[in-house]
Amino acid sequence: MVIDATRMKNLGDRFAEGEVRGRSLWADARRRFFRNKAAVGGLVMLALITLLALFGDSLAQWSNEEIDFDVMGQAAQVGQPSIGNGHYFGTDDLGRDLYSRTLQGTRISLMVGIVGSLIAVIVGTLYGAVSGYVGGRTDQILMRTVDILLAVPFMFVVILLLVMFGRSLFMLFFGIGLMSWLNMARIVRGQTLSLKHKEYVEAAQATGVPTFTIILRHIVPNLVGIVAVYATLLVPEMILIESFISFLGLGVQEPLTSLGALISEGARTIYYGTTWQLLWPLAFFVATLFSFFFIGDGLRDALDPKDR
Amino acid sequence: MINYILKRLAVAVPTLLLLIIISFLLMHAAPGGPFTQERQLPAAVLANLEAKYGLDQPLWRQLLSYVWGIVAHFDFGPSFIYKDRTVNEIIAQGFPVTLTYGTVSFVIAILVGVSLGIAAAIRHNTWLDYLAVGVSIGAQVLPNFVMAPLLLLTFTWWLRWLPGGGWEHGRWEYMVMPVIALSTSYMASIARLTRASMLEVLTSNHIRTARAKGLPERKVILRHALKPALLPVLSYLGPAFVAMVTGSVVVDFFFSTGGIGRSFVDSALNRDYAVMLGITILVGALTIFFNLVVDILYGWIDPKIRY
Amino acid sequence: MHKLLLTTALGLGLAFPAAAATLQPGETLAANQEYTYWLLDAIKSLDPQINTDVEGSGVLRGLFEGLYNEDQVGALVPGVATSFDLSDDKTVYTFHLRDNAKWSNGDPVTANDFVYSWKRLADPKTASEYAWYMELMQVKNSADIIAGKKPVDDLGVKALDDHTFEVTIEAPLPYFPKMLTHASTFPVNQKVIEENGDKWTEPGKLVGNGAYVLKEHILGEKLVMVPNPQYWDNEHTVLTKVTALTINDENAALTRYLAGELDRTQIPAGQYPRLKEEYPDQAISVPQSCSYIYMFNLDKEKGPEALKDVRVRKALSYAIDRDTIVDKILQGGQWPSYNWTHHATEGFKMPDIDYSHWTQDERDAKAIELMTEAGYGPDHPLALTLNYNTSESHKKIAIAVQQFWKKIGVDLTLNNMEWKVHTDKMQNQDFEVARYAWCGDYNEASTYLDLFTSYSGHNNGKFRSERYDELMKESKTAADPNPMYTEAEQILADEMPMAPIYQYTKVEMIKPDMRGLGLNNLMQNWYLKDMYRVAE
Repeated sequence: MVIDATRMKNLGDRFAEGEVRGRSLWADARRRFFRNKAAVGGLVMLALITLLALFGDSLAQWSNEEIDFDVMGQAAQVGQPSIGNGHYFGTDDLGRDLYSRTLQGTRISLMVGIVGSLIAVIVGTLYGAVSGYVGGRTDQILMRTVDILLAVPFMFVVILLLVMFGRSLFMLFFGIGLMSWLNMARIVRGQTLSLKHKEYVEAAQATGVPTFTIILRHIVPNLVGIVAVYATLLVPEMILIESFISFLGLGVQEPLTSLGALISEGARTIYYGTTWQLLWPLAFFVATLFSFFFIGDGLRDALDPKDR
Repeated sequence: MINYILKRLAVAVPTLLLLIIISFLLMHAAPGGPFTQERQLPAAVLANLEAKYGLDQPLWRQLLSYVWGIVAHFDFGPSFIYKDRTVNEIIAQGFPVTLTYGTVSFVIAILVGVSLGIAAAIRHNTWLDYLAVGVSIGAQVLPNFVMAPLLLLTFTWWLRWLPGGGWEHGRWEYMVMPVIALSTSYMASIARLTRASMLEVLTSNHIRTARAKGLPERKVILRHALKPALLPVLSYLGPAFVAMVTGSVVVDFFFSTGGIGRSFVDSALNRDYAVMLGITILVGALTIFFNLVVDILYGWIDPKIRY
Repeated sequence: MHKLLLTTALGLGLAFPAAAATLQPGETLAANQEYTYWLLDAIKSLDPQINTDVEGSGVLRGLFEGLYNEDQVGALVPGVATSFDLSDDKTVYTFHLRDNAKWSNGDPVTANDFVYSWKRLADPKTASEYAWYMELMQVKNSADIIAGKKPVDDLGVKALDDHTFEVTIEAPLPYFPKMLTHASTFPVNQKVIEENGDKWTEPGKLVGNGAYVLKEHILGEKLVMVPNPQYWDNEHTVLTKVTALTINDENAALTRYLAGELDRTQIPAGQYPRLKEEYPDQAISVPQSCSYIYMFNLDKEKGPEALKDVRVRKALSYAIDRDTIVDKILQGGQWPSYNWTHHATEGFKMPDIDYSHWTQDERDAKAIELMTEAGYGPDHPLALTLNYNTSESHKKIAIAVQQFWKKIGVDLTLNNMEWKVHTDKMQNQDFEVARYAWCGDYNEASTYLDLFTSYSGHNNGKFRSERYDELMKESKTAADPNPMYTEAEQILADEMPMAPIYQYTKVEMIKPDMRGLGLNNLMQNWYLKDMYRVAE
């Protein structure tokens, strides 16, 4: 599947080169994106997961917090996935339905990943591009600020925040948002530094285009490739950070859960033969992240102005 | 260049100071102190303890004498929880361990990651590319707290090839699993970043020019493509190294390596103010140092960048 | 009865044979006498007067020796002291110390060492977190010394000569001798401490009087001990090397046990039945003196209104299905609990607690009835918050209780916090219902029951009962305090200031050739000098 998609894309690129003058970059990109089977596959998979996460509860026979007392304590013997007792994905150690817990966990993880990544992309890109492009004293100040913030071990600050203000989803977003944009800003700045000496930027400068317009029109679009790649690295990273926090026992409050919390619980019990407790949430986790990777790559290929 | 480095180092001092103040205040704002225990201490005992560690002083005074201790004697004070030890001792014992397996992991992650990324980019759209992409996505997705018990289960319990934990002054068989658990996801990230940026560079004008000149492909890649392709990877390395140091908590947790990662989280949970601050400062200093190194490397790779 | 005999015998100044690694008939020693066991966390301190935790005490019992030790079932046996005399008013103990006890550097252990270390424990300058233990032992003037009101030298301890140590206590305390096995009362070597300051516990510097000496101590990795040739009973010490490995994850520890790297480790909650089936000679479950409860906040200002109604408290307690928790969640032979004191505590007689005999259906029905009487029901649910600290089994129990209470119309919010915050909130009465557990310091019911007196520093739920206070005060001087303990327990059952849940067992995997671990000692205090491996 992956093979054909990429070949198709390259072919498409060549055909497209001469013809599409005048059409906007974005319409062009969209067309190319939808020709990329891997990316479309990722998009479809993500859509399916999202749909299932949002509406799959109507198929569940147990809520995410109900305990099946017939299974409780014997998860290894009778808790395995079964259509008969309504636990499609099996149960956790307490006898709670893994199907509805996985769906609910997916909702939380998707939210954490997307919100965290969104904060990083918006704040980080603008910050980094401005810093790198404007340069001089502004760059100095902006980047030293980032340095200072980066030097603060943020995992630690997040732990402290969760400890101090109690656990809540808001704190989780806030903490993860805090951590996420800094590296983005550095990467974007690095890329901007090498872009700003490009001919078309220098041409724009020479014709007196305002700085901010240059950043938005010439720098940012040329950053999209690297931003997309990095943002796709970031969504799983956000979800992984959340799962690490869950691993430390500081994640969302029971009976709510997240994929990270489910995986962390499942991983601790893999020694005991209840593999489904790890595999189902891990499958959703992996599928979600794969989708993001493919979509990200697809975006990169579609948007990369150098291909034209 | 030297001026630039000196300037950066001059900025590092206030940065660290700010870091100390932020962490110090955050720590003290959190509920519970180092002597909060299930068996509540009688007021008199608590007062004695607080007097001994200077916690009965006003906050600004504590902060001041703490900073003074570091500046004047490089003394990070005693641990409030591990009472036989000073912070200096705890760090001196744990940090070399973390640094050792962290560096080994780091080097392996870079070597394998960059090679894999380049290979994938050069053989773009071949089975090697897809394999590299698939493996690196898979590796990135598997959290190390899943990998660690899996490794234990496989190598210690099942195959009985490797000891399940310990450090033993860094003997290799004790290092294998920590390094695998720690390096894999960074290796994967580096491979993906290298591949993406290599692909971008390979389609750029100066590579086309180089190719048009008839240079052999190997030369094109090594001499012209590699350096610019590594730029975004470089940006990633500084934070990645620091993340490895702090992320080593999982390694310490599962493999009893006795590194600093575990002390880091423990000190926060135990309100061991001194240890937590000591490690924060250490990690902060490391971050600053690595960012500086990365920036210098940046300049070396891309001479167009002016300081 | 057992206790009475023991006390009498000790009072008469009779000597007991020392327990050591004594082979049972038919046993032969194995060639390998190395022992490796599991520690969840690093040992925080090896200073007897500074240490606060159970794991640390285990190591300290190897490195040091107090006046008395415990044998395999927890009875007192001589340590440094061979016998003692008790004055007629029962407030002056005179201990006779053995003359062959030596420090690991060869110096003799004298009564002055005990005087020094007991004063050190009480001294405000030491700032020991266990200074209150001196107070608990009622050593004369200890309270004032700890509070800084009297000089340390006023402490009621004296060296009559090199081998006679005298202790004066404030009032007769029947279980005083039992408290002498606690690690905080162990002697330390003044010379070594003064020479090395806080560093004196480092390997190589540490000088102890126990059967073992410290060889290596690496935080978060391991601690190694080897026999102390200077120990007075060294010829009966069998284990040649003892290693404690720190493994933060109990599942990883179990894996390493199964791979042969450990000789003893804890079994994670829920795994006991399977392991018992697979390794019947290795999986054990023995009672341990700890009690697990949900404490209700009865504080006048900060406690929720609903919990001031005893009917609600009773309903909440009734509705907890302890059998399910014990049999299906913990699965390690824990004891479903309807009272506070651990049931196996020496001399303790359980009152007849009515609801312990009911079936769970009866309890649930009664609970619903009480809730309705109190004005709560399906259309008027009671909203409560439960605080618990981070741990896999606390979490599981909390989730189950949430479901149990749902049945009687309680809407329970779970509030998981990390340990320090949990403790801080409890101590400031900043909670509604909170998980709590208490482990006995010595094998006697007062170690539990004192907690619910109005003057106790640990009564975080602020339960008040005059009769209860009276009983506990009287018990201190009574010839037989046990009937008072029984009545006090009855008050707890009637007033229900907390919901008892279960009493602990130690659930562990132990290599079948290990002997002398003191598993039948309810306090689970083991002595390395008593352990050995047998040939199979």
